[in-house]
Amino acid sequence: MGLVMADDAKHRNVLAAIVYRLRWWLVTGALLVAFTLWTGEFHQAQTTAILASTLRHSTPLVLGALCGMLGERSGVINIGIEGQMLMSAWGGFMVASATGDLLIGVLAGVAVGMLMGAVLAGISVGLRGDQIIAGTVLNIAAIGITSFFFTQGRTLPSGKLRPIRLGPLADLPVAGRVLFSNKPITYLTLLLVPVVWFGLFRTTWGLRTRAVGEHPSAAETVGISVVGMRYLNLILGGGIAGLAGAYLSLEAVGSFERGMTNGKGFVALAVMIFGRWNPIGAWGAALLFGYASAVQTQFQFRDWLTSDPQFVGMIPFVVTIVVLAGFVGRARPPASIGQPYSRE
Amino acid sequence: MSQVSEATPALEAIGIHKRFGGVVANDDVNLRVEKGRIHALLGENGAGKSTLVNILFGLYRADRGEVRVAGEVVNLGRPRDAIDRGIGMVHQHFQLVPVLTVAENVVLGDEPSRSHTMFDFGAARRAVQELGERYGLEVDPEAVVEDLPVGTQQRVEILRSLYRRADVLILDEPTAVLTPQETDQLLEVLRGLADQGVAIVFITHKLREVLAIADEVTVMRDGRVVGSTTPGETDEAGLAEMMVGRSVVLRVSKTPASPAATVLRVNDLCVDDDRGLRAVNELSLEVRAGEILGVAGVEGNGQRELVEAVTGLRSVVSGIVEMDGHNITGLSPRQISELGMAHIPENREKHGLVGAHSVADNLVLNQYYRAPFARRGFRRMDTVTEHSRSLVADYDIRTPDVFTPARALSGGNKQKTIAAREFSQGARLLVAAQPTRGIDVGSIEFVHQQLIDQRDRGLAVLLISAELDEILSLSDRIGVIYGGRLVVVADASDLDRIRIGRIMTTGSHDTPAT
Ligand SMILES: Nc1ncnc2c1ncn2[C@@H]1O[C@H](COP(=O)(O)OP(=O)(O)OP(=O)(O)O)[C@@H](O)[C@H]1O
Ligand SMILES: [Mg+2]
Repeated sequence: MGLVMADDAKHRNVLAAIVYRLRWWLVTGALLVAFTLWTGEFHQAQTTAILASTLRHSTPLVLGALCGMLGERSGVINIGIEGQMLMSAWGGFMVASATGDLLIGVLAGVAVGMLMGAVLAGISVGLRGDQIIAGTVLNIAAIGITSFFFTQGRTLPSGKLRPIRLGPLADLPVAGRVLFSNKPITYLTLLLVPVVWFGLFRTTWGLRTRAVGEHPSAAETVGISVVGMRYLNLILGGGIAGLAGAYLSLEAVGSFERGMTNGKGFVALAVMIFGRWNPIGAWGAALLFGYASAVQTQFQFRDWLTSDPQFVGMIPFVVTIVVLAGFVGRARPPASIGQPYSRE
Repeated sequence: MSQVSEATPALEAIGIHKRFGGVVANDDVNLRVEKGRIHALLGENGAGKSTLVNILFGLYRADRGEVRVAGEVVNLGRPRDAIDRGIGMVHQHFQLVPVLTVAENVVLGDEPSRSHTMFDFGAARRAVQELGERYGLEVDPEAVVEDLPVGTQQRVEILRSLYRRADVLILDEPTAVLTPQETDQLLEVLRGLADQGVAIVFITHKLREVLAIADEVTVMRDGRVVGSTTPGETDEAGLAEMMVGRSVVLRVSKTPASPAATVLRVNDLCVDDDRGLRAVNELSLEVRAGEILGVAGVEGNGQRELVEAVTGLRSVVSGIVEMDGHNITGLSPRQISELGMAHIPENREKHGLVGAHSVADNLVLNQYYRAPFARRGFRRMDTVTEHSRSLVADYDIRTPDVFTPARALSGGNKQKTIAAREFSQGARLLVAAQPTRGIDVGSIEFVHQQLIDQRDRGLAVLLISAELDEILSLSDRIGVIYGGRLVVVADASDLDRIRIGRIMTTGSHDTPAT
């Protein structure tokens, strides 16, 4: 009996601690929900539209952030996410349009991303080049290659990826449309967030990755291959960025356009930092950014405050900045990022 | 056939050469380590001991020469190769990941796991607890390494090597920051391992330990092996002479102190540690000009927090720190340093040096911005260079030149660099934590003599050391810290080793009957 009560008290304390640790997220969430209800004038359709579009906008950002995170957690800054996404968007689209199979297109996008990851690893880990320059090379190469080989007028014979309705769940009000009738890559992203979190913090691979990113020579002295871990993580991360690329061309738009990533790869880096190199945090941050874009679209759509659209568009960003100043305060990046590793 | 009757050595280095730029760190070095024997490796700071063992562990690549493990020539390209051949190592510069827990650090690279992927933290924690109990090296497995004092980090580093059950165990200065009791315990552990057949290479600057435990001794100087002996054939003075090439005074001579005005006064100081627990509890002390107050104590009793609070590196919960009558509580480290406080920190890599900067820059690290090292915001490099050249010569810092990055120095030479900087700035008060950590016998003599000379010129010294001998031989007054309080402060002549030892471990002081 006494034991049970003690246990209970412990659980309450844990809960209180979690609530306290997440206080900024909770405050932000509450503010944003209030704002959404206000803009939607308690109108279900509007609210649903904003939330659904938040999720859509956040998808490539989360994926990009996960890619950046795998690199940085193992000690390599990846500013080439933008380039990786763009190449994959193009590669995925070209393959899908040639084969007529969207799945093969997505796989091709992922493969292109992994290849880009391998190139980044080759320059920055293998040759111990400067990581910032290596990332820049990817970005420039991606713009050049995708514009040069891009042919106008190609289409997807089978159209873009279609939503999958998850049975009766999809019929729920609001949540049904927001969460349970999404397209495949969006689902996959929602799955990847906890998977990567689990990987980083609960598996030996994650422990080794973090050790390599914090103190490579310590990892080396216990027999972990620093170079090997960095290659592995950059290639895995590249695959995730590839998925983001495939999302853009095959799920969101259904075609390829020059420079269609439009800075998302860089925003993803900010998302990663705001999320403190943690997948769950990054997901929260991406939702915030996604929400900002969604609200803006909504305002344009409803023709509100059109005389001063920038002003309204600004509100969520201001909220974001204010609140995030609270989060990022004590964030600490992995200690070894940016430094090429050599033993002696 | 009969020629090979002598057992093959467990580990053998033959004709090892290694250069770093212009420095020859190892020059035709040979070393034979037998199974079941403890082989002590001695030598001055910068003699090349760490370089040699790093080659044996696959961290550095020899330019020439070969390594044999159990008679077989091996190519140790990276530590993995050495680990796979049963070699384990305790590193002089701890190889611990600061943000991970003790348990994670100990098992890293060889983690207990479920279905080969999921890290089993519970099993790691139990492993650390078991090891700690078995070897008398207990550490909280869930503590984060960067929050731990250096002595505890040292224990973690040792546990990490024991966890792997090596056939050949290399220990590079494992006792530099251990208390005498912990050292004795470790020596016992090593003896036990040797009896089970483990071959051990043991590097230390403490000759007492060598005599107590070594089966063989190899001495290096300037990158070469200059001799080998056994404890039976020699004594401390003999070993010291072999290392340094001249006879060494192992005890400092000092005249009684003539203390003047109070320089440092600490009143009812309370300080919390990183976890928010009270580490220093209503502690009061005074240090006067011209005296050395030694603080003895088992590590983790508030020494680190006391030092950090006094030097301005940690905020104070309550109480007052005064220097020369000014309240300095809450001032920044630079303001405090400008008032004339010098500080030799316990963690030289983290707080003492900027590894990527040159030796010269490190020697003016707290003065670079002011005259004579800078004028109107521009640094005067000639003055800096000249100043640092003279310190390098005075303190016998072994470095190719003053422009070498500090991280390339050997451990003892890093320590000497810090000591040189802190001694040379004309301070009123010196707070010295483990000031001679890893310094060889010849240089300890010099550093101790400097300390006494400066004291005689009116320097007030607050000395914190795990080394009881150091406290006893230098201090004019000794305080014993226990549970964040100074339980006794008395003239050095009124306390002896045994009594201090008892107070350190029990915290109670039996007042002698009057
Ligand atoms: N990574 C490095 N880069 C450049 N020089 C180095 C490096 N490591 C060691 N050295 C130089 O090699 C020489 C031998 O250093 P080593 O660390 O082997 O000395 P040590 O005998 O271990 O000394 P200590 O007792 O002070 O630890 C020194 O002159 C040092 O400056
Ligand atoms: Mg050394």
